Amino acid sequence: MINFPAITMFLIFVFATLAITYWASKKTHSRSHFYAAGGKITSLQNGLAIAGDYMSAASFLGISGLVYLSGYDGLIYSIGFLVGWPIILFLLAERLRNLGDYTFADATSHRLNQTQIRCLAASGSLITVALYLIAQMVGAGKLIQLLFGLPYELAVVIVGVLMILYVSFGGMLATTWVQIIKAVLLLFGATFITVAVLWNSDFSFESLFQKAVNVHPRNYNILQPGGLISDPVSAISLGIALMFGTAGLPHILMRFFTVKNAKEARKSVFFATGFIGYFYILTFIIGFGAIMLISNNPKFLNIDGSLIGGSNMAAIHLANAVGGDVFLGFISAVAFATILAVVSGLTLAGASAVSHDLYASVFKKGKVNEKDELFVSKISAVSLGCIAIFLGILFEKQNVAFMVGLAFAVAASANFPILFLSMYWKKLTSKGALIGGSSGLITATILVILSPAVWVDIFNYDAPIFPYKYPALFSVTTAFFITWFVSIIDKSKEAKNEILSFDNQFLQSQIGLRK
Amino acid sequence: MRSRLEKKIIKSEDFKLLVKKKSFISWLLSSIILLTYFSFILLIAFFPEILGMKISNKSIITIGIPIGVSIILLAFLSTGIYVFIANKKLDLIEKKILKKFK
Repeated sequence: MINFPAITMFLIFVFATLAITYWASKKTHSRSHFYAAGGKITSLQNGLAIAGDYMSAASFLGISGLVYLSGYDGLIYSIGFLVGWPIILFLLAERLRNLGDYTFADATSHRLNQTQIRCLAASGSLITVALYLIAQMVGAGKLIQLLFGLPYELAVVIVGVLMILYVSFGGMLATTWVQIIKAVLLLFGATFITVAVLWNSDFSFESLFQKAVNVHPRNYNILQPGGLISDPVSAISLGIALMFGTAGLPHILMRFFTVKNAKEARKSVFFATGFIGYFYILTFIIGFGAIMLISNNPKFLNIDGSLIGGSNMAAIHLANAVGGDVFLGFISAVAFATILAVVSGLTLAGASAVSHDLYASVFKKGKVNEKDELFVSKISAVSLGCIAIFLGILFEKQNVAFMVGLAFAVAASANFPILFLSMYWKKLTSKGALIGGSSGLITATILVILSPAVWVDIFNYDAPIFPYKYPALFSVTTAFFITWFVSIIDKSKEAKNEILSFDNQFLQSQIGLRK
Repeated sequence: MRSRLEKKIIKSEDFKLLVKKKSFISWLLSSIILLTYFSFILLIAFFPEILGMKISNKSIITIGIPIGVSIILLAFLSTGIYVFIANKKLDLIEKKILKKFK
């Protein structure tokens, strides 16, 4: 089945974004333009772009699908994803902007050993980006197959090629505008569905929840926490992963360098938190709307009563139910655009880690001419895109659900502790950061492999070795503890100098003297 | 030269005041958010039935729903408060420091 309204609307989106990329490519001739859009993005634009990065297809379709399946539990996830934002604002955003230029490693390595810390940060970034990218690619392929009737491989290739074009020609400027346009379209679409849902329940929440409870197999239980998060360790561990993971995602942290100064960075988070919070309230209502309107409509159900295409399709079917084929086409196109925008941001973050952290700072020791670095970043973007296409096709039949969780765990355990301690703890040394950060990364990875999601679901063993679904509680603690321990026993001369230069770094992080 | 100037700024009363005010407001708001969020998580982990109580006899809505939505609103509100204070108060002190030492 080929969905014509969806394809038409998607083609319009692609055409518009390619035009923007062409415009952006005329302006992108320096490093600062490529990595940070020349620092000329306004706080409102950046707020929308950050919200766009965050409102991925996984969170739009995934969370509304989760609400559709288990009701209240979906809201718990949303809250976890959102509350990381105020913390980023209060503790990280301004200091990060004052200390760095293009990547978060600029800030972490500010007073520490460039080679060691950049390598650590680049590994953390690339692993986070790769896992996230594979998960998005596989999700994209399947979703597009379902929505547009295109073959899986073709869908993955289209996504990959477009993202390579956006990133390598248009750099951060194009990536940001693709993200802004998509964020506006998604917010509009979600608002429309929500209003339609409320209209169907006479604008009364009482009647919305009553109707949903009447048709849902779990009845009243959908209005309270259910079995999704059953034990305290998992609950706290998930909380830590969601909250600190956000503060360690390289493609998100990079957005703080696209605005003029710390003041604009601060305002961007305010706007972003507003948009994301609004969006999560909408997805909650959309999930309940889907229970009310489509869970007993045979048009959207398989014979066994499950949703056609799986519970992640709840929002898409609901769009069809309330807005007909044309609106279904619109939402499908928006879902496609969402994936495209998010993978572009990821690719750019990955390419910057390679060209700015590894090539310019580690390999060339900072003595690099701008043209070469720019060239390397474009080559990296193209290579990452090709790898993403290849892995996306390779992993088609695999269960990739654990990958986003692992990406958050690595971000929370390897990137966040070092970023945080480098700014807040005077006695942090390079050795401490390197060994502590690596231990966080390794612990997170091993625990995920031994957890039910991989050990049982993928390797088919009977019982997991690590019983919890989320490793963050253990891996983040390990990272902080080892970083602390190695730093305090590090009595080398380098360590002494690093501790001495904290004051200057602190001053700059507070008032950004360079700007 | 530069490093002498930096030392001077770090030792100045204005800078100390800026750091004090900034860290007070940052940590205060952070603790409010962390405390609220982890209380919510602990409530889910240990007493999920509390969140399942109805808001009134006549209503089907559980208190978990307004609580959840309030946390989302609180997160947004706290960023608003921070930005307001930073723009109105902290930036003024920062400007004063930059002016004095430039």
